[in-house]
This record gives sequence, structure tokens and C-alpha cells, in this order.
Amino acid sequence: MITRDEFRAIADNGIWKQNTSIVQILGLCPLLAVTTNAVNGIMLSLATIIVMAMSNVAVASLRNFIPHEIRIPVFILIVAALVTVVDLLFNANLHELYLVLGIFIPLIVTNCIVLARVEAFAAKNPPLHSTFDGIFMGVGMLWTLALLGAMRELLGSGTLLGGIDMVFPSLQPIQLLPESYPGFLLALLPPGAFILLGCMIAWKNWMDARAARRAQRKPRQPATVAGAH
Amino acid sequence: MSGASKQFSAPGMALRTAAILFVFVIIFTALLSGAYLWTRPAIEASAAEEKMKLVDEVLPRSEYDNALLEDIVMLPPTPVLGLTDPTTLYRARKAGQPVALVFEAIAPDGYAGKIKLIVAVRADGQVAGVRVTQHKETPGLGDYIEVRKDKNKARPWITQFTGMSLAQVADNEWKLKKDGGRIDYYAGATVTPRAVSKAILKAVKWATAHHDQIFAETGAAK
Repeated sequence: MITRDEFRAIADNGIWKQNTSIVQILGLCPLLAVTTNAVNGIMLSLATIIVMAMSNVAVASLRNFIPHEIRIPVFILIVAALVTVVDLLFNANLHELYLVLGIFIPLIVTNCIVLARVEAFAAKNPPLHSTFDGIFMGVGMLWTLALLGAMRELLGSGTLLGGIDMVFPSLQPIQLLPESYPGFLLALLPPGAFILLGCMIAWKNWMDARAARRAQRKPRQPATVAGAH
Repeated sequence: MSGASKQFSAPGMALRTAAILFVFVIIFTALLSGAYLWTRPAIEASAAEEKMKLVDEVLPRSEYDNALLEDIVMLPPTPVLGLTDPTTLYRARKAGQPVALVFEAIAPDGYAGKIKLIVAVRADGQVAGVRVTQHKETPGLGDYIEVRKDKNKARPWITQFTGMSLAQVADNEWKLKKDGGRIDYYAGATVTPRAVSKAILKAVKWATAHHDQIFAETGAAK
């Protein structure tokens, strides 16, 4: 089973410390293409969470049967087969949802995050831990892509949650900037995604550096009180 | 694994590894085939249902009174329409008179592969309607060719072809404004609408040329 600390470490790694998009810088191809609005980013991330949890648990369960030398082809086989099966099952049984998520599922195959987590985590850890790792890596991707999508959308066209009507037909995108906003095409094109992603990485590093400075300052005080080095 | 592998010679080890890989391939191929066979009827059924919905979009039901899904002609692979497989063509009639042809066309040169279209062309060569049925264009960039994804809900991009005909619109007008034609497009994705425009022109020309011949055909039993 999984202890509380292990769970917390996995969650912390996925959401912040080893965030796929702004720390590991993985899966940039779908990231650039999809985050033209927040809804697309969230949808791709949801599809990725499902696939990552499944492929991680499959590889973790089979890890003792996979020889080290051929692990990469076997991992690719497992991931590709699972993605295709998920794609088919979605199409057959959850057709409405498939119409929304459908285009994103094949995109996941091109996403190296899945293979990276399988190789780095699931191949060495038990199934339960690996499932959580898949889910939380996906959650980390979710907030990053949602934020990036929202920023690109807001700068690019002045709206928020564009395309939400495709997921929930009753909802409408929010027009945040005035209708007369001329739009900023750069933000919607891949270079805009690179620039904003760079800003997010810088922000993350700044937050970490600030936290590190604080952590450094704190332990010194009790140390001087105690009179030790 | 390394502990167990010490008992094997190098060729034995290679054979063993190959055998394991083979077993994995068999298992996962079986899984894939199983999933494919199991889901195929449901997927085909929902695809057919969607096709009927699409036919409704390109040709209003009030314009014809025959059983459209029964009045069909099997089209052999038609390179002009980008069709590499046999497809079904539907003939719409009102009181026995030809009204329109509803058929598939494929734009082979989309940004991400083929773009499938359904086109309805009236007897006089006028486009009754066009819709994109399948494509892999970039989400959020090239996918406005699909009405559902188009931000302009009042006048979606694809609807500007409705009502155009060879008689009223010269061949070189069936191009993007950028290429000297009259078709609008969104900056940032021009490959996609260019491919679609080209395919629609070809489809209209084909339908006009073959109209009489197709309506004269006795039709195929479904």
C-alpha cells in the first residue's frame, strides 16, 4: 500500500517539482498546438490523465516480466495499444464525449510525457504508486496548460473559456476585454506559446528561488539561539 | 532480471528476449484486434447516424421527397474527388424530378492529411451546402472549417460556399482572397481553407458534368 508521505511526494512532484510542462519541458508539440484556449488545454490534459494512469498501471504490473534490454519497444507497444483501445472505447461507448475529446486522444501518442513517466517511474514502482504518479503528472499538466491556454486566449482574442459551448452547450465563452479588442495574433500562434511558456518557467524558478532563500534564512535563527554552528 | 539472465548464453539470451518481445506483441495485437472488432458495430452505427445529420445540414428535407438513403449509386474510387475507396452517392428527387446530388469528396492536401467533405450540388450546378465530416487539422487554428468549431456562429466559414455555382462564379473566384479569389479565411491557417476550396470546386465541376448520367443510372441495391 501507499503511505501518506509517499502519496504527498508523488503529488508534489507531479503538480510542482517535476511539472511536465514547466520543469521537464516535455510534450511541447501538443502543448503548442492545443493551448490556444483554456478549454482545449484542459481537455487534452484530462485525456492525458486517463492514458497516463492506465499506461503506468499496466507497465507497473508487467514490470517484472519485461527484460531491461527491450523495455523501450515494449513500453511503446503498451502505450500505443492502450491509447488506441481508449480511443476505440470512447468512440463506441461515450460518443458525445468522444466528439469533444476525440481529437486529443491520438495527439497523446505523440506526447513523450507518457513514455517518460513509464520509463522513469512505472518501470520501478508498484502499480498503485504508478497510478497516482500518472494522475498527478497529468494534474500538473492540467493547471499549466489551462493557465497557458487562458493567457494566450485572453491576449489573443480577449475571451476566456472559448469553446466551452462544445463541452457544455449551455455555457458561453466569457468576453473579458471589450468587443473592440483587435486581437493579438502572436499569442495564438506557436511562438506566442513559447514566449508565454518561457514566462511561466521564469515565474516558477523565481518562486522556487524565493522559497529557497526563505528556507535558508529560517533555520539560522534557532541555530544562533541555541548557540551552535 | 539480471540475476536470472546469467544462466543463459548470449544466443540463448537473444532468443529469450526475442521470444518475450514476440509474446508481448501477440498479446497487445490481440487486445487491439479485440477492441476493434468489439467496438466496430457501435462506431459504424454512430458514424451512419452522423452522416444523416450531415445530409440534413447540406440539403434541407423540404427540398426532396424521395427516400434519400435508399436512392443511392455506388461510386467507384474517383480520383477527381480525392476518393480512393468506393463511396455512396445519394440522389435527391422531388416528384420524380432530379433535385440534387449528395456525395463525399476528399481534399487530399489539408495541413494534416485528408479532409473529408460532404457536398450537395443542385441540378443547376449550385452548391446546396457543404460540410466537413472528418479532418485532422490543428485544433484551434485550422479547424474552423468545421461549423461546430467556428467562432463565427452567425456565418460559419464553410457556409460561404452555399449558393455558389459555376454559372455565377468564375473558376478563379473559388479561391482564397489571398490567392485572388473571393473566399474569406482566417490568418494563421491558409493551407486548410485552400485545400477545402479547391476540393469543393472540383466536386461542383464533377457533379455538373456527370449530373444527367448519374440520375439516369438505375441505382444500386443497398
